[in-house]
Amino acid sequence: MNSILEASATGCHPASVPDYTPIAQLRELQLQRMKAVVARASQQVKHFQSRMAERGLAPQDIRGLEDIAKLPFTVKSDLRDTYPFGLFASPMKDVVRLHASSGTTGKPIVVAYTKQDIDVWTSVLVRCFAGCGLHRGDIMQIAYGYGLFTGGLGAHYGAEALGAAVVPTSGGNADRQIMLMKDFGVTAICCTPTYFLHLIDRAAELGVDMKELPLRAGVFGAEPWTESMRRHIENRSSVEAFDIYGLSEIIGPGVACECRCHQGLHIFEDHFYPEIVDPDTGEPLPDGSEGELVLTTLSKQAIPMIRYRTRDITMLLTGQCECGRTIRRMARIGRRSDDMLIIRGVNVFPSQVESALLEIEGTLPNYQIILTREQGLDQMEVQVEVTPHMFNDKIGALQGLQGRIQGALDHVLGIRVRVALVEANSLARSEGKAKRVIDRRTS
Amino acid sequence: MKIQQISLFVENKPGHIAAPARLLAENGIDIRSLYLADTQQFGIVRMIVSDWKKAAGLLESHGYAVKVTEVLAIQVPDHPGGLADVLGALDGSGINIEYMYAFPFQCEGQAILIFRFADPDAAIAHLQKAGVSVLAGDELLK
Repeated sequence: MNSILEASATGCHPASVPDYTPIAQLRELQLQRMKAVVARASQQVKHFQSRMAERGLAPQDIRGLEDIAKLPFTVKSDLRDTYPFGLFASPMKDVVRLHASSGTTGKPIVVAYTKQDIDVWTSVLVRCFAGCGLHRGDIMQIAYGYGLFTGGLGAHYGAEALGAAVVPTSGGNADRQIMLMKDFGVTAICCTPTYFLHLIDRAAELGVDMKELPLRAGVFGAEPWTESMRRHIENRSSVEAFDIYGLSEIIGPGVACECRCHQGLHIFEDHFYPEIVDPDTGEPLPDGSEGELVLTTLSKQAIPMIRYRTRDITMLLTGQCECGRTIRRMARIGRRSDDMLIIRGVNVFPSQVESALLEIEGTLPNYQIILTREQGLDQMEVQVEVTPHMFNDKIGALQGLQGRIQGALDHVLGIRVRVALVEANSLARSEGKAKRVIDRRTS
Repeated sequence: MKIQQISLFVENKPGHIAAPARLLAENGIDIRSLYLADTQQFGIVRMIVSDWKKAAGLLESHGYAVKVTEVLAIQVPDHPGGLADVLGALDGSGINIEYMYAFPFQCEGQAILIFRFADPDAAIAHLQKAGVSVLAGDELLK
């Protein structure tokens, strides 16, 4: 009862009540659900059944939450190898929705939802948005792509269930996004952080001051972003920027989200059980250590996902958040374990390139990292699109810009890179997310 | 007095000037002068066109990085020393020429040069005082 009182005292949406469950009660719920999901996957999913059998494991081996570490991991290739429906635990008659990854190469990753799965997904998004201080009466523009990608429809259902008025603009057409934002008095936007930066730049060109709009919250996700991007967004617009996290393999957006304290992302762990493991050995790591996030869906029916390796590097934060939520938090995802590039023996993350560009230009131009091997030596070229904001009609000014980018990258990365200025909108994008790395090295 | 010049960022690759030129042609915009400043890797196309507003909007909507800059068109007597005299009018004024190029049309024995100054208004004042003829846009485009 206490949790309910607390929730209403903080003015939260009733759906946020599970966020405040007393810890002992939450662990008990998790264990119950963990046992059930492992049993269900063992019964219904052949792939999982044989993995368990190989290790001589049975569902009864889960006696406490820590026993999850005995179970085999699930990785992305398991979804590819069993394409399209191999990991389904529900018959198609119970499935009400299918989504798929964009899949730049080969077959996509397919995910499915029962009616109950959609309800859970919707409920966690309501909890995300409520945590961002949004409520009935807000006008929310959903500028994630609608379609096979989980971003658009996921956020849409959540926003509607919250009671907000939804403007489903989907991605693209920046001028129209800005016009509607202004004319409708939109109060919150959901999109990728890079797309919002693009909207800020475009609004300035159109003479719209993003600091003067009623827009007060931006819920940004679907790609890793940085604290410097947050500062930049909050300085150049009226929004309070929130980091939302999710992945289609688990459910879509809504696995975790920041609250107004901005001290990490609360994981909706009554549905998604988090672990941190060493990305090299797979050994579990204690709270507070940095490692790879592994998630188990505790209530998903159509595709129960056991110990899914997200490849995202983060840590579980210790101590309770000032907002009073009892569910654990994870640190902002800065990088992915499979994001890391090794160039001439040096570890390089695309997020480092991103921070350097943002620091120089005060805006994030679209960029791409091209890796080649010349005479046995790795070469890294960073191609940067020249936005109208960066463009200057003097050669010297552009060469100066190129030099500044070069200097900042050399400094941050510790290796010599080539910088090439390329035409705006010339680099490939998919789902509104830019393709950041092209590796042409043949090993 | 000031004339709007359109600049465009292009990569130094085959076909990269043809595409915007075709776009302007298809929309009935006449390119009165075109000057390319280039490096090994990229270039800046600078153009004076019959309708700069329409051209800038069109190019922007096709995703180009476009800048509109104010430049001056200055009449220079087409004989040895003509340019030196005009430049002499700026001596000691501290006015800096950022770049310049020739306009490909002549009128009555006069050459026309396009100048980009850091401070075009100061340049106009100085040049007119020295009796140098600065052309208005409509004179240039007629």
